[in-house]
Amino acid sequence: MLSRVADSLYWMSRYLERAEHTARLVDVELQLWLDQSPETGAGRWRFLLDGLHAPAAKGALDAMKLMNALVFGRTNASSIVSCIATARENLRHVREQCSSEMWEQLNRLYLEVMQTSPDEAWMVKSHGFFRAVQEGTHLFQGITDATMSHGEGWQYIQLGRYVERTDTLASLMEAHFKRNAQPADQGVESAEYLEWVALLRSCLAFEAYCKAYTAEIRPLRVAEFLILTPEFPHSVRFSVDRINAALHVIGDLTERREKSPTRIAGRLRAQLSFSQIEEIMAQGPHAYLENVRSECAAIHSAIHEIYFDYPIESEMAS
Amino acid sequence: MTATALPSRSRVQPSFVRYQFETAYDEMFSSPGVPREHYQALHRTLLGLPQEELLKRQQAADLTFLHEGITFTVYGSKEGTEKIFPNDLVPRIIPCVEWAKIEKGLTQRLTALNMFLRDIYHEGRILSEGLVPRELVYSCRHFRREMRGLNVPRDIYVSICGTDLVRLPDGNFAVLEDNLRVPSGVSYMLANRKVLKRVFPTMFRDYGVWPVDHYPQALLATLRSLTPENCQYRQDPTTILLTPGVSNSAYFEHTFLAQQMGIELVEGRDLLVHDNVVYMRTTAGLRRVDVIYRRVDDDFLDPLCFRPDSILGVPGLFNAYRAGNVTIANAIGTGVADDKAVYAYVPEIIKFYLNEEAILPNVPTFLMTNGNHRNHALQNLEKMVVKAVGESGGYGMLIGPHSTERQREEFRARILAEPRNYIAQPTLSLSCAPCLIDGEVESRHIDLRPYILMGEKVTLVPGGLTRVALRKGSLVVNSSQGGGSKDTWVLREGNGEDRAAKIASFERKAS
Repeated sequence: MLSRVADSLYWMSRYLERAEHTARLVDVELQLWLDQSPETGAGRWRFLLDGLHAPAAKGALDAMKLMNALVFGRTNASSIVSCIATARENLRHVREQCSSEMWEQLNRLYLEVMQTSPDEAWMVKSHGFFRAVQEGTHLFQGITDATMSHGEGWQYIQLGRYVERTDTLASLMEAHFKRNAQPADQGVESAEYLEWVALLRSCLAFEAYCKAYTAEIRPLRVAEFLILTPEFPHSVRFSVDRINAALHVIGDLTERREKSPTRIAGRLRAQLSFSQIEEIMAQGPHAYLENVRSECAAIHSAIHEIYFDYPIESEMAS
Repeated sequence: MTATALPSRSRVQPSFVRYQFETAYDEMFSSPGVPREHYQALHRTLLGLPQEELLKRQQAADLTFLHEGITFTVYGSKEGTEKIFPNDLVPRIIPCVEWAKIEKGLTQRLTALNMFLRDIYHEGRILSEGLVPRELVYSCRHFRREMRGLNVPRDIYVSICGTDLVRLPDGNFAVLEDNLRVPSGVSYMLANRKVLKRVFPTMFRDYGVWPVDHYPQALLATLRSLTPENCQYRQDPTTILLTPGVSNSAYFEHTFLAQQMGIELVEGRDLLVHDNVVYMRTTAGLRRVDVIYRRVDDDFLDPLCFRPDSILGVPGLFNAYRAGNVTIANAIGTGVADDKAVYAYVPEIIKFYLNEEAILPNVPTFLMTNGNHRNHALQNLEKMVVKAVGESGGYGMLIGPHSTERQREEFRARILAEPRNYIAQPTLSLSCAPCLIDGEVESRHIDLRPYILMGEKVTLVPGGLTRVALRKGSLVVNSSQGGGSKDTWVLREGNGEDRAAKIASFERKAS
């Protein structure tokens, strides 16, 4: 597979994952708003920005402006619309690599979000928009899995999705733990309760959590669920497992299994497999998540160096 | 006319009221109201379908094009660069007898042009004999000195060709232009067919139309048959499609063909040349490339050899080509044979190499380098079409009857300054075909671009791209100039009418 193509598929997938993640977070946040006093609500915007690792805004936050920037802002490369446009542009560059169905779906999603414009009327029914973005990306994933051969190209799509997911999940939790430093292994009061539920919902994890631990929300268990559950698709461990699996297949296909991406990802995976939540909390969740993020960044750089942009000299020598 | 002559029909059905007849050959009607035999079933279907239904189907088709991203790029347009290529739902039908002649004529023409290219880049017999003026060939912008004495696989220079045909008022086809460099549009032929089959499934089946869907396989087989001698794995050569990139007007087509052929779509920056061998950069390391189907113009292929400012090409590619380590299709320097001034000599070229008369005639062409021709053309500019010899895509043209005094003066000055750069042709009356315009059937001018492949054997996919000048009265069919296209049906046998009747009676028996 061409390096440029692999690069485009990888980024296409990262951007889509980011668009979906932002849509989910903003959607949950807007709904949570309804249950809170206006003052608390305004404070939450800052928290949302933290969770998205968006640059901190100065002064009073205007919901409408913020929404504009996070959702529609073309100058913000991480806004939902920018992400979808960039994802489409990446796929457009490698259209022949994906199935026609995939392209059609992404193109349709792109046309749909481009048609939407922010105004007061939109704010009222914004839920529909965020749903459409989430459903659109889910549909794209489903179509990808169903119509594209699960070969090397598909593995880069997996890789992009889970590298992005690991990073965004870790960021979101880092922001959360900054506010709630010591999550307890016991139930919480209503204001705090809403926040933990919001965190779970932001990761589509509320129902899955309830199945595992019942509806009694214990912050420590929420942390455990979102970081260490191997079965849940929006947990850190699950995502890192997938990164590993994809890197192994790619390594075998390209005879580069011994190279650095596989090694770094394996190390991170081992760490997550043998960690216990109590240990993590004792160390401080912040340091732990920070480490996950930096390892994730290292994996990203290693993929780039080994598969996308290697020096020609080394290839000619071998 | 027809609508009133027929038994009364409800008003919601599309009518031919706005359909105009002129001096041009009409593809559908032999005389006002009387459809030609092979168009009868289509004529009936059109009259039988409610207008809303037709509009609905046209919208569904347009939406398919938009969703599938079947678009092209218009250079110099400020608004969004991607546009859908307008598609007209009414198919253009060609009876099999007519097609047989086109097939023979185009095969003959391309065979001769390939021999011509080999000759002018080697011995130059035709030049020594004085049949084609030496200075005409050497002054051609697309003549490549670098190709002198270089041998190409099977002596085939042009393996992919799209020739523009027009039907003259007498009903005969003539060649308007040869496109021997990087002809485009074949993906629209395939897309039009796909959409048409969805929109008119029964009529399509009843008509007995030759399929065109095998074009990509035929193209791949053609490319592979040109594998260089030096290829390590002759059974399985690495074949790629070289594209200038997303901003190219035909990018959709590049992705489409690469996907349909199952080969890599490569940009210049993915390739490198080392020791005269071309490699592409893959995730598993560098991989040797054997055959390049290039959609990049000569000028941009290799900055070391041609335009040094090109960032679309691959430094060193020409040397690898010269060393016989890679095939480039079409070969470099084929543009000399589709130069519009050289075009005028094609009938003689055919005669010289094949000792045959041209099966498909040229249209009359005036060379501006010839004093008599030039005077005649300059005196009759308002009746002429003037074309720059090295251009394509409808750029750099003057259409006399639709031009202003100022434009004519401008072209007059240009012709006098650079006579070698222009030719003139009488304004042709392109044939007309029915098109669906806002729910009514109207007549528009069309041409035909069939695609010819030449490798181990010659393949003509029965059909082609019928381009339509969608603006009323316009004679320019280029997509960049407001043209559209429609599906082209070549009938397997007879005229469709008897076959449709046969199937209908069979269906009655079955039910």
